[in-house]
Amino acid sequence: MSFRSALLSMAFCAALALPAAAADTPKRGGILTYMIPADAPPSLDAHRETTYATVHATAPFYSVLIRINPENPASPDDFVCDVCTEMPKPTDDGKTWTFKIRDDVKWHDGTPLTAADVAKSWQELVHPDPGMLSARAPYFVMIDTVEATDASTVVFKLKFATSAFLPALGDPFAYIYKKDILERDPHFYERNVLGSGPFKFTEYQTGQSIEGVRNPDYYRKGQPYLDGFKAIFTPKQAVELDAIRADRAATEFRGMPPSARDQLTKELGDKVTVLTGDWNCVNMITANHQRKPFDDVRVRRALMLAIDQWKGAPPLSRIVNMHTVGGIVFPGSSMAATKEELQKIAGYWPDIEKSRAEARRLLKEAGAEGLTFELMNRNVDQPYKFIATWVIDEWAKVGLHVTQKVLPTGPFYEGLRGNTFDVTVDFNCQGLVNPAMDVGKFLPHSVYSENYGNYDDQKDIDLYQAMLHETDPVKQRQAMREFETYVLDTQAHAIMMPWWERIVPMRSYVKGWKINPSHYVNQDLGTVWLDQ
Amino acid sequence: MYQYILKRVLLTIPTLLGAAALVFLLMRLIPGDICLVRLGSGGASFDPKALIACHKEIGVDRPILVQFLEFIWGIIRFDFGTSMWSGKPVSTEILARLPISVEIALLATTVAVGIAIPLGTISALKQNTWIDVAVRIFAIGGIATPSFWLGIVSVLLVLDITSWVSGTPWMPPIDYVPIWKDPIRNLSMAILPAITVGYRYAAVSMRMTRSAMLEVMREDYVRTARAKGLINKLIINRHALKNALLPVVTLIGIEFAFLIGGLVVTEQVFNLNGVGRLFVQAVQNQDYTLTQALVMLTVAVFVFTNLAVDLLYGWLDPRIHFA
Repeated sequence: MSFRSALLSMAFCAALALPAAAADTPKRGGILTYMIPADAPPSLDAHRETTYATVHATAPFYSVLIRINPENPASPDDFVCDVCTEMPKPTDDGKTWTFKIRDDVKWHDGTPLTAADVAKSWQELVHPDPGMLSARAPYFVMIDTVEATDASTVVFKLKFATSAFLPALGDPFAYIYKKDILERDPHFYERNVLGSGPFKFTEYQTGQSIEGVRNPDYYRKGQPYLDGFKAIFTPKQAVELDAIRADRAATEFRGMPPSARDQLTKELGDKVTVLTGDWNCVNMITANHQRKPFDDVRVRRALMLAIDQWKGAPPLSRIVNMHTVGGIVFPGSSMAATKEELQKIAGYWPDIEKSRAEARRLLKEAGAEGLTFELMNRNVDQPYKFIATWVIDEWAKVGLHVTQKVLPTGPFYEGLRGNTFDVTVDFNCQGLVNPAMDVGKFLPHSVYSENYGNYDDQKDIDLYQAMLHETDPVKQRQAMREFETYVLDTQAHAIMMPWWERIVPMRSYVKGWKINPSHYVNQDLGTVWLDQ
Repeated sequence: MYQYILKRVLLTIPTLLGAAALVFLLMRLIPGDICLVRLGSGGASFDPKALIACHKEIGVDRPILVQFLEFIWGIIRFDFGTSMWSGKPVSTEILARLPISVEIALLATTVAVGIAIPLGTISALKQNTWIDVAVRIFAIGGIATPSFWLGIVSVLLVLDITSWVSGTPWMPPIDYVPIWKDPIRNLSMAILPAITVGYRYAAVSMRMTRSAMLEVMREDYVRTARAKGLINKLIINRHALKNALLPVVTLIGIEFAFLIGGLVVTEQVFNLNGVGRLFVQAVQNQDYTLTQALVMLTVAVFVFTNLAVDLLYGWLDPRIHFA
């Protein structure tokens, strides 16, 4: 090739690349209007609340110590600093972690954020003062003490070394609050906002909307790109669909069902972009071990063996936000079982006829042929009612007669806590992918209060503890397999449903936001910009 | 007259107290726990100690009798306490939602009265003609059509029509702005719900106006007025319509009171942050204090609307005296 033709080729390539590069360069300005598909949260204090509505409404105002990399949020273990300077290496055999705090972080009132603020916030999260709530304190069970050793250093001392520590530290609810405010008025953050995040609070209209404007002193230079945002609470899906269609709002960040995706893409064409991915939320079927005949492992295994996960998941994913067949660990995690590993577990066997024959045999052996029982369910369409309808049909194939009892959220919880059910649709939806902590759901109720199987099982606890305390990743993965096999196959404590699929349709002019497995994560909007 | 008003106002006290006792007991019969809903509905784990702290914080760990006496003492002092859900004063929660509900109620009433009285009157005067049949079909359609369905369809129609006409779909705003801040935005949000609610409301009132007018037009005094040679317009406006309006006014009063807290589904369809939606949230969340206050508000609105209607009777029919 001559020099001239090479030059021409380079110029041509550059010309081709230019529009793409220009389109990907963030633009400054604009107000993002988005919806929060929920009623307004009880309070604005993320330390005490568990609903995503709090995070979606307030995350843009706050900083955290570390977070999932906003440029790579789909990776469950790519953590980066937010207010710290660099991710530290642990000392003391993995039991001491020392974080250096940036010196350019300012509160929205102009005062500097220091290590004392970080330490105080984490002290309140781990060991809340009497009368204060820290809803997720059990996630920080490995943390012993948190101290600010000087103005820019925070030291976490752990009770035991564990791979679950960094994900726990990346909890999206773990906002950094101002120390002197917490000391003066511990309830301040329930109704007020004062953070150090990319946006400054401007207005909260009770029950309706929350607004923020760009923080010009934000420590990530150039960010945020938006001039501001407005988040509107829209609990009805029909309103969300219409609003995106009419561009009253650009998106909602939680996730919509496949029907909404199909409708919006059909009506808006290239004006809408749909982001999808596996979701760290899953439903399961839990049998009440204190009710006969569900105290018999043979009956519980039969319930599991009757369901054809592999054949059921693909058609279900077309109508409901469920997608990937998995075990107790989020399928996108390196700790999750592979398909080959899963297929060795009862309920995942590739041959469904063999599986159902075994289910019938076990039911006969347990004297539970033609068993009739009630499946308690929550009055939520996606995916609860779809799941119940599907499994009832699957169970009918081994001669079981099951009826569905649908209850509003309050009575549903009362039923779970009061053990007034035979079998229930259950759930596990965590703030961040942290497999070692997330699978705590499968521990007995005496250890994990949100387990509703009503059983005691010391071996279950021992296997879990061995896995939690294992620091070698390969050995920990193997320990997780043993725990999983015991929970799902040996004891059939739970029957997993396909994991959820997160579908986020947004107006195509919204850029810079990347989907990730948790609807709690990556919501500070610092990287979001509008291509308008 | 003043004695009558005083007597009626005093009578509201046992009514309100009775309603208070009833709602207090009924709320506690519903299974569930506000703290469980609050901490657990996200699906994630929470600290069991947080559950105990939550019970203590909102006071549901105290004996029922203590809670009841505190509630009644609060009513006597017009203090409904704080919302168990949000921790904010109940009055703040309600006052934030009241403007939109009152606005929709007033607009819907205007739509309803504006349609119902003229059409009901015409229908009665043109009894058994095609006009009467058309008005009756229109009225029965309104009664038979649920306003939430009409709301959904009207939004979709507006979206489709604007998309077809201008290429850009339009729908009413999904967030409320007070009328004094931005009248156009406010009305563009409120007008569609007002029409969908007002249509049903108009249909019921129209049927009532027609029946009352038919009855009144057969009265002796109307025949006498005709015999005296009064023109038809004067007979209708001055004699017949005023008397026929008595039951219609009663109906309008009841409907108006219902609209203040009863637009449960319509407010959801249009994303209106009103009292009806708050009512649903309060019951779903098992927020006892807020639900109790909302029931008391609804009872009070009904009681005082009825009082206003009764007082209006005296103006409409001079034969009625208050003693």
